[in-house]
Amino acid sequence: MTISKSNGFIRKYGVIFGLVGIIIFFAIESPNYFFTPSNFILISKQSSINILLALGEMFVILTAGIDLSVGAIAGLVGAVSAGTIVATGNLFLGLAAGIGVGIAFGLINGVIVAFAKVPAFIATLATMSAITGITLIYTQGEPIWNLPSSFDFIGQGNLADIPFSIILMALAFIAAWIILEKTKYGRHVYAVGGNIKASRAAGIKISAVLVSVYAISGLLSAIGGIVLASRLGTAEPTAGSGYELDAIAAVVLGGTSLFGGEGWVVGTIIGGYIIAVLNNGMTIMNISAYYQEVVKGLVILLAVMLTSFGKKYWNE
Amino acid sequence: MDILKVEEIKKSFSGVNVLKNINLSIKSGELHAIVGENGAGKSTLMKIIAGELEPDSGKIYLNGKEVQFHSPLDAINSGIALIHQEFSLVPQLTVYENIFLGREISKRFLGINFVDRKEMKKEAQAVLKTFGIENIPVDSKIKDLSVANKQLTEIAKALSTNSKILIMDEPTAALTLRETEKLFSILTNLKSNGVTIIFISHRLEEIFQIADSVSILRNGELIATKQINEVSMEEIVSMMIGKSMSNRFPPKPSKKIGDKFFEARNLSSDSFKGINFSLRKGEILGIAGLVGCGNTQVGESIYGLRKFDGEIYFEGKKINISKPTDAIEHGIFLVPEDRHDLGLVLQLSVKENHSLPNLDLFSKVGFVSTSIEKKSVKDTISYLNTKVSSINQRVDNLSGGNQQKVVLGKWLVRSPKILILDEPTRGIDVGAKFEIYKFIYEQSSKGVGIILISSELAEVLNLSDRILVMSEGRITGELDPQSATQEDILRLAVKGKES
Ligand SMILES: Nc1ncnc2c1ncn2[C@@H]1O[C@H](COP(=O)(O)OP(=O)(O)OP(=O)(O)O)[C@@H](O)[C@H]1O
Ligand SMILES: [Mg+2]
Repeated sequence: MTISKSNGFIRKYGVIFGLVGIIIFFAIESPNYFFTPSNFILISKQSSINILLALGEMFVILTAGIDLSVGAIAGLVGAVSAGTIVATGNLFLGLAAGIGVGIAFGLINGVIVAFAKVPAFIATLATMSAITGITLIYTQGEPIWNLPSSFDFIGQGNLADIPFSIILMALAFIAAWIILEKTKYGRHVYAVGGNIKASRAAGIKISAVLVSVYAISGLLSAIGGIVLASRLGTAEPTAGSGYELDAIAAVVLGGTSLFGGEGWVVGTIIGGYIIAVLNNGMTIMNISAYYQEVVKGLVILLAVMLTSFGKKYWNE
Repeated sequence: MDILKVEEIKKSFSGVNVLKNINLSIKSGELHAIVGENGAGKSTLMKIIAGELEPDSGKIYLNGKEVQFHSPLDAINSGIALIHQEFSLVPQLTVYENIFLGREISKRFLGINFVDRKEMKKEAQAVLKTFGIENIPVDSKIKDLSVANKQLTEIAKALSTNSKILIMDEPTAALTLRETEKLFSILTNLKSNGVTIIFISHRLEEIFQIADSVSILRNGELIATKQINEVSMEEIVSMMIGKSMSNRFPPKPSKKIGDKFFEARNLSSDSFKGINFSLRKGEILGIAGLVGCGNTQVGESIYGLRKFDGEIYFEGKKINISKPTDAIEHGIFLVPEDRHDLGLVLQLSVKENHSLPNLDLFSKVGFVSTSIEKKSVKDTISYLNTKVSSINQRVDNLSGGNQQKVVLGKWLVRSPKILILDEPTRGIDVGAKFEIYKFIYEQSSKGVGIILISSELAEVLNLSDRILVMSEGRITGELDPQSATQEDILRLAVKGKES
């Protein structure tokens, strides 16, 4: 919404062309395995966890913040949910506990940033480290096994032939889109990221906006963490590590400015898909995991360079 | 002898023709004024001459030779300096660092060039001194300066380049009479040293005071270039806006000023002391003073943007204001002085900026109603005659005056009880000023109390029902605009300064 036609065109649509280009490339290289309906469902499933985290991350980045703790929260929530379910045998209690923990740590991040005025990078780097530690303490460093099959459904089951994790991702996308595009609150998120002083002067409650975006990020990380544990069938203590980088990459690939105030929800989804398609396509092409990381890094760099070049060109 | 000539310059932004075939000659050693409505293309033309924008087509001749600038540095190296309307200073850096940005003075030590901060500070101090503004501390950060001091730093920065052609885009918009006079004596001095000056202003009196010739732009076209003694103010205005305008101020409405409903008692902070005043319903209270006198800070404090001591009484009760939302709840609004700092979110569109403080009015259960929103934006735009290519245009692509109209316009939607206007017409053209004055009268006739902070004395004298003058953070007197003159204001404005 914030991107006007005159200078945001490339930034906004360039990423779509990027995704289409990558898909065409792999479709030519591997028409029989890559370019099949079942593989696209697989890609969606593979991207769902990252996109859940990225959507939360996007709220934070729009306010010119950053949340490095999303992966750590996802890991802790998986463990807490699994642990609670194993201990009590109650699925819903387990899910509620996990989601509660996710929101709580999001709120803690938000309060540290909004009230203690600690820069978001430092604040969430610290909580990332602390949360990772808490997860290890809670699990004693051991994975949690023996989860009921009802729990497996979240990450592995289908609803009307559609994987449930894709449905969750779609719901989160729709909710984020509505909130950011259609509501008063969404406008406030963009404004605070764009100019915090002018937003304050316009009567926006800055602290409330800041705390809430981290809480939203915590909530979505929690959902992502539950899907992850469910998909693996066990809660690994370190399952979430590294997820923050993919989430941030998806947001930035999608054209959201790290300086805040500018971004497009659809872009984040596409950014998430670019990462997933790359992972999937390179695996199908039998490229070693080591090289995959290098290629992924280069593609992200290239994409961001192209969008900023396009933006400059379009501005002239 | 023409030192600078532009020929058939065309420029468009995303399909909108902003400059249509401009031909302009500037004589060596003259002070050439450029005037025109907001959005006429003045700043765009200047940026092209100073190498910041490239024209779509057209030629630029310097001393008869064609030149092509691909960057501002090219222009600076050819002796052209531009003083921006929207400042080009780096907020996190200090005054002296900004003055020497890109031209840092260095000293060699062990074969390596190190920046010589001591020398830079000394030089910066000297530059400020020639300008008589040595009271700006050279090592304070730009973001901590007032708008006027930012403007003065921007001017000092350009002066320190020793350019042959100095382009000034609305340098006086944020200055009071005193600084303006100082600036003019410097300009006269520069002129006698052979510097050519291009000068943009919406304050037409200034142009008659110092310009040798004037060019009028309208809608991207050059309407005329005249020697200043060949034209009258009325002719310039009618060439600018395409119709004649007999009065600069609308007729004073016959209104009844109501009861006292607001009182500030003994307000003080680090920028003002012992401020006592009251405001009546429907009254326009002017607060005048020189740059740095503290009137802006008083206004911002009442709106909750700054910490202060003292008491505020409103509608018979003592009220507590510690943040803008408190003031807004009581119906007290502020149109801030610095539009880039406090007024606008530059990445957002005209529509989104307009809506920012008004979303509660435009939304139902938290959802923004686009139809109500659009109508409100469009009404405001047509009321203030704001020039935008669409309501979704980003505000940082608007001309300076049109940005100001967006800032002002967003508060027109609400029904305020008190409106604090801090330089409401900064950078606004004569036609639009008239509309804003009419709006101020309309509001005050409805019973809104208005606090008008302005550096334009004519504005304060014409609009106010009562004038307070501040100097060095204190109120130094109260004047009745019926009988007061500009000199009276100035006398109070420097009181306590000489000693
Ligand atoms: N980067 C840009 N993208 C799109 N439109 C632009 C851009 N820069 C300027 N414009 C448009 O060009 C027109 C002329 O702008 P310009 O800043 O030259 O006006 P101006 O005469 O200096 O007005 P003012 O008196 O308000 O400063 C305006 O309508 C503005 O919206
Ligand atoms: Mg301008």
